[in-house]
Amino acid sequence: MIWNKEAECMSREDKESLQLERLKEIVSTAYKKVPYYQERFKKAGIRPEDIQSLGDLEKLPFTTKTDLRDAYPFGMFAVPEEDILEVHTSSGTTGKPTVSGYTKKDLEIWGEVMARALNMALAEKSDRIQNCYGYGLFTGGLGVHYGSQQLGATVIPISAGNTQRQVEILQDFKTSVITCTPSYALYLGEVLEKQGVDIKDLNLKSGVFGAEMWTEEMRDEIEKRLGLLALNIYGLTEIIGPGVAQECPEKNGLHIFEDHFYPEIINPKTREILGEGEKGELVLTTLTREGMPIIRFRTKDITALRYDKCSCGRTLVRMDRITGRTDDMLKIRGVIVFPSQIERALLKIEGLDPHYQIIVTRPHHLDELEVQVEASPILFSDEVKHVEEVKKMIEKRINSEIGLRVNVTLVEPESLPRSEGKAVRVIDKRNFD
Amino acid sequence: MKLKQISIFLENKKGRLKKAIHVLSQSKINIRALSIADTSEFGILRLIVPEVEKARAILEKNQFVVKVNDVIAVEVPDKPGGLDSILDILHQADINVEYIYAFVEKKTDNAIVVIRTENIEEGLKTLKKANANVLSSEEVYNL
Ligand SMILES: [Zn+2]
Repeated sequence: MIWNKEAECMSREDKESLQLERLKEIVSTAYKKVPYYQERFKKAGIRPEDIQSLGDLEKLPFTTKTDLRDAYPFGMFAVPEEDILEVHTSSGTTGKPTVSGYTKKDLEIWGEVMARALNMALAEKSDRIQNCYGYGLFTGGLGVHYGSQQLGATVIPISAGNTQRQVEILQDFKTSVITCTPSYALYLGEVLEKQGVDIKDLNLKSGVFGAEMWTEEMRDEIEKRLGLLALNIYGLTEIIGPGVAQECPEKNGLHIFEDHFYPEIINPKTREILGEGEKGELVLTTLTREGMPIIRFRTKDITALRYDKCSCGRTLVRMDRITGRTDDMLKIRGVIVFPSQIERALLKIEGLDPHYQIIVTRPHHLDELEVQVEASPILFSDEVKHVEEVKKMIEKRINSEIGLRVNVTLVEPESLPRSEGKAVRVIDKRNFD
Repeated sequence: MKLKQISIFLENKKGRLKKAIHVLSQSKINIRALSIADTSEFGILRLIVPEVEKARAILEKNQFVVKVNDVIAVEVPDKPGGLDSILDILHQADINVEYIYAFVEKKTDNAIVVIRTENIEEGLKTLKKANANVLSSEEVYNL
């Protein structure tokens, strides 16, 4: 199922010429309409006319989350405010959020790329899409909503939360496609199991899961618990929202809709551009955005690009599942650790629910890593020595995954935060001054 | 006769022991014997109650991790060396005792202890063969 064959199966040659044409235009618009860009370009000694090939993009300065925050609220808009039809925000951990403004055309493009994404994940006109992403300033809810409408499917705009109601609707409306965060999908599966709902009585065929990092093991677990095909979606509010990239049923990476979003991978430290298959920070440039052109945005997401042909027929470049964030990346005793590695180790243990929290401390000038894991009947015993063996076994599994000694603490079930948005997995208590 | 024991995982956090005992008392579950194994990171609360399945259901509903397993209840002569004589039986037969704790109530003048041997079947056989007074569930619950 390919929603827009012309765009999604275009030859590399045609695509590159389209990308170049659009890049020249957006760079020139950004320069003319947004003082921030004009100032930056001038400082770097670049004029829009200097962009004559896709490779010339390298000459342009990066845009960071901080730059966008400094322009709060509407400083990045490239059109008169009256032409902005909708705004969304992306929350940061510190300070003001960043604002994203959409013109009529931007909303159409958003709907288009989301329709492509949903269709890639097997959703069609005849489907009922239960959209459990939050509606509001967060882009998840409305992004899926606009995509469903362009697709012509029936959208169930239930939004996030109220799990009991979600379960009822799943059963009563015979929902065929579900969209939510992967951690909420797992939680929903747990609730279904607890309430004795047989997944065979549900009508789910696929799920579009994103807005947080997840793993292949989590995918297996979600597919087993919900009885569907679980596919990964990627996007960010600064660029447009969900719909920047979507995984096809081949499960070999996420196709980036590169006729609208131009990807690069850089070394986050040296900022040099990396080649195909090399892991680094994803940098995105919007090629068609009217309301708020974004040039070379540093996403902080770590991935790699793959240009070989996908068996699904699409020629769109693929990005690997996000394996970490440049700022999520924990450096513990000099070793780089991603929470996803710990999660991978935990998911391999039978009878363990993948709910965990990582706590980093530095009690005596040396980093200590504690992983809190919820106890479960399979892991528990009446004997202290047995429970301690289980604890040691988990420590050993994590140790072999990350190469660091950790201290595992068993906590009571449901005592760790279950997030309906992004899960809070890491608490870093180290004092870095 | 084997006796059912219910064990509850307790996180080292204020109020968890009280909460476990409280939900049981709310459901009018009578605790006949109890012990707590305490480590620096977690605790295990072990209980003997007449309505094991009911207690398990209530605890699970309140998000406790629970395990039910078998233990042995033995009467101990209320005189110096009483417990020693029981333990000696097991020791002679080379049977490992994991833990042991006493009942709150007494039957006649003798004390009752709960014993968890590594292998319950063997522990039970050995005690019976040595004529120790192993109590049935009914006897324990009717104390
Ligand atoms: Zn594909």
